[in-house]
Amino acid sequence: MRMMFKAVSFAVVMAASPALAADLRIALSSEPSAADPHYHNLTPNNQVVRHVFEPLVFMDEFQALKPGLAESWKVIDDLTWEFKLRTGVKFHDGSPFTVDDVIFSLNRVPNVPKSPAPKTAYVRGKTVEKIDDLTFRVKTATPEALMLNHLANIEMMSAKAAAGVSTEDLNAGKGNVGTGPYQFVEFVPGDRFVVKRFDGYWGAKEPWDKVIFKFIKSDPTRVAALLSGDVDLIETVPTADAQRLAKEPKVAIASALSNRLVYLHMDRYRAETPFVKGKDGAAIPNPFHNLKVRQALTKAVNRPAVVERIMEGEAVPASQMLPDSYAGTSKKLKPVEYDLAGAKKLLAEAGYPNGFKLTIHGPNGRYTNDSKIIEAVAQMFTRLGIETAVETLPPAVFFSRASAGGPDKQPEFSMILAGWSAGTGEPSDSLKALLGSYDAKLGRGSANRGRYGNPAMDVVLDKALATVDAEKRAALLAEAAEIAMNDVGLIPIHYQKNTWAAKKGLKVTPRTDEYTLAMSVKP
Amino acid sequence: MLAFILRRLMQAVFVVVAMVVLVFFGTYVIGDPVWMMVPGDATIEQVGEVRRTFGFDQPVYVQFLHFLGDVVRGEFGRSYVHGTSAIALILARMPATMELAFAALILAVVIGLPLGLFAGLKPEHPAARAIMAGSILGFSLPTFWVGLMLIMLFSVMLGWLPATGRGPVVSIFGLETSMLSLDGWRHLLLPALNLALLKISLVIRLTRSGTREAALQDYVKFARAKGLSQSRIVGVHILKNILIPIVTVLGLEFGSLVAFSVVTESIFAWPGMGKLLLEAIQRLDRPLIVAYVMVVVLLFVTINLIVDILYSALDPRVRLSESEA
Repeated sequence: MRMMFKAVSFAVVMAASPALAADLRIALSSEPSAADPHYHNLTPNNQVVRHVFEPLVFMDEFQALKPGLAESWKVIDDLTWEFKLRTGVKFHDGSPFTVDDVIFSLNRVPNVPKSPAPKTAYVRGKTVEKIDDLTFRVKTATPEALMLNHLANIEMMSAKAAAGVSTEDLNAGKGNVGTGPYQFVEFVPGDRFVVKRFDGYWGAKEPWDKVIFKFIKSDPTRVAALLSGDVDLIETVPTADAQRLAKEPKVAIASALSNRLVYLHMDRYRAETPFVKGKDGAAIPNPFHNLKVRQALTKAVNRPAVVERIMEGEAVPASQMLPDSYAGTSKKLKPVEYDLAGAKKLLAEAGYPNGFKLTIHGPNGRYTNDSKIIEAVAQMFTRLGIETAVETLPPAVFFSRASAGGPDKQPEFSMILAGWSAGTGEPSDSLKALLGSYDAKLGRGSANRGRYGNPAMDVVLDKALATVDAEKRAALLAEAAEIAMNDVGLIPIHYQKNTWAAKKGLKVTPRTDEYTLAMSVKP
Repeated sequence: MLAFILRRLMQAVFVVVAMVVLVFFGTYVIGDPVWMMVPGDATIEQVGEVRRTFGFDQPVYVQFLHFLGDVVRGEFGRSYVHGTSAIALILARMPATMELAFAALILAVVIGLPLGLFAGLKPEHPAARAIMAGSILGFSLPTFWVGLMLIMLFSVMLGWLPATGRGPVVSIFGLETSMLSLDGWRHLLLPALNLALLKISLVIRLTRSGTREAALQDYVKFARAKGLSQSRIVGVHILKNILIPIVTVLGLEFGSLVAFSVVTESIFAWPGMGKLLLEAIQRLDRPLIVAYVMVVVLLFVTINLIVDILYSALDPRVRLSESEA
């Protein structure tokens, strides 16, 4: 009996003692769908596999490009790049990392079966030529300005260990061998992703023995998990809690301006647009074709108010596709000032002194506070004289209708709110996808749900995309942004901030790309 | 008995087929899952590729025939998002949910039955009135709110119990459970209590009204007159008679505990199948939703069958062959 009592009290002590100091427990707001780095190109997947697998080119916390597994590179000509691999890089199974692994990884990317979001676009048109074990050349069909940004998204796998392994094998740990600072331990869908330190890592040694990622989607639960000490770090702090947590003595907040823009798109392809009516309910010609109407709308948006009241300071008023700290943005563009009188005047000059009726559509729960932002903007437009109604939809419904819900698979709505995050860390993809004239063959305007088109901008943008020289390209991209924004191709509202909250004493380096990495956390 | 079970199974097959058809077309109408799969910056070309990979470009009846073909071949579809067998995904998460529902059921009986008996035997006692008032709260407070309050009180303020997740899991006879360690119970207690709250109230009310009714019956008066002890009257004569409706209701409620643990699971980040369903719906992962519905329908049918058999064991007057309706 006494023995049993001892055993029980021992178990109590064991259970009550906190996790070892060198373990890091992180709560993620969305869970990865697989442990295969090439299976699903989404942030929740990319951020966890990044601990195990590394790309040739790294992006730092500001999404600036840095040498990764490739130590250096040079442009031979417009169609040829030469890369030199870092020496002494080892996979977790001890085998050295060579050009053969690069070739294997690039070939694997387009061949992952049933991938819901393949990374194929990053490797298309690129052929690899091996020079020696640590040197290779990449040849492209057309000048590829975004070569490095694309390579920064392709994780290197081992040609030996990963040959023939499926996504399911990788989930179970088979062939899950990379060069990263952490080794794969286990992936339990719906619960956790666990990695442990790799002692043979080529770079600086990580401070954590083990990192446990828990998937906690519910916002208040994630905050409670941090406050109760269940986890050491949480991502995506709800805006309503950020200020309260900042005052909490045992919590430290880290936040960074993100690459995510929240904006309004207007229907620019129909002569009459279904969700705009005259004040009397009669059909009227699409007013968004008139520049003065668009200028009036953007002036009527009180960006500082949205940022302060709705986002509780967790955002910054936007002027273009990305904050102007990024290369390729225009310093000349400033957030449009709120000016209701000026907006009313413009609207009258455009021939709508009494305004019209409008319905804005948007997702409910896809972006931070999305439905509240739409409601606020609708009130601002109503003050301008445009009687604005709001309809928010579940994201799955919203995006399929906003992209192809109309007749002939065209966008359905007249004005939508959406968000865009620039994964490449520069604005060319944003400009091409959101503002380029719609052209399915060229892949231009792929997310241009307003079908805005401006040939003058297309010309400058195409030139930028074919320019390999970084400085010249940046100048051209800035010019393209100025053309589109002065024409009000879309109405930018704000750039979101990314906020993390951690146990006091942890040093967290916030990232602009929304990635939550153990490598950004130091004791 | 055998005919009865066979007829039940036929009914089950019909219900499963009807549900699968409904859910399949229902989720098709909601929207195109491709937009929930690709990243926001996917090009039209990429979206088109993914559509072709998964056959979303086909008309709905072709997609349905493909799906039926998979079912006939014994493969109930692969989750679009996870790329693995939908049934396997659900079965992998089922032990966690079953464990939670089972713990909640135990709590409901262990807490609800004595409280209900007490309130039934001494209806005028102040404590009995407090119990009844409490049961009204249990019925009317929303689960998600109670869950958050439990976390705030026991995890954040008092720091007694962990706020999220499941404890260490051990495998016993092929069954995975976290109920064998203290840490496992520490994790289990709050979500189980949250899930059980409504059922505790239900058991209290059922027991109380049953007890009050039975206490006035002639056989109880006769037992008293015979001089039987109070504990024997309550424990044997009253309890046995009021258990029949309680077992029936609890059996059905167990099904709903399993099927609708969605809220509790997502608040406590419990890695069960309810959380899986929620994510599947948000991402329009049709094979997963359909498979979930099939599993739950089968579960309900099985539970109903067990309840019917138990019912006949508790009440010898019930013959299974008669209950055709």
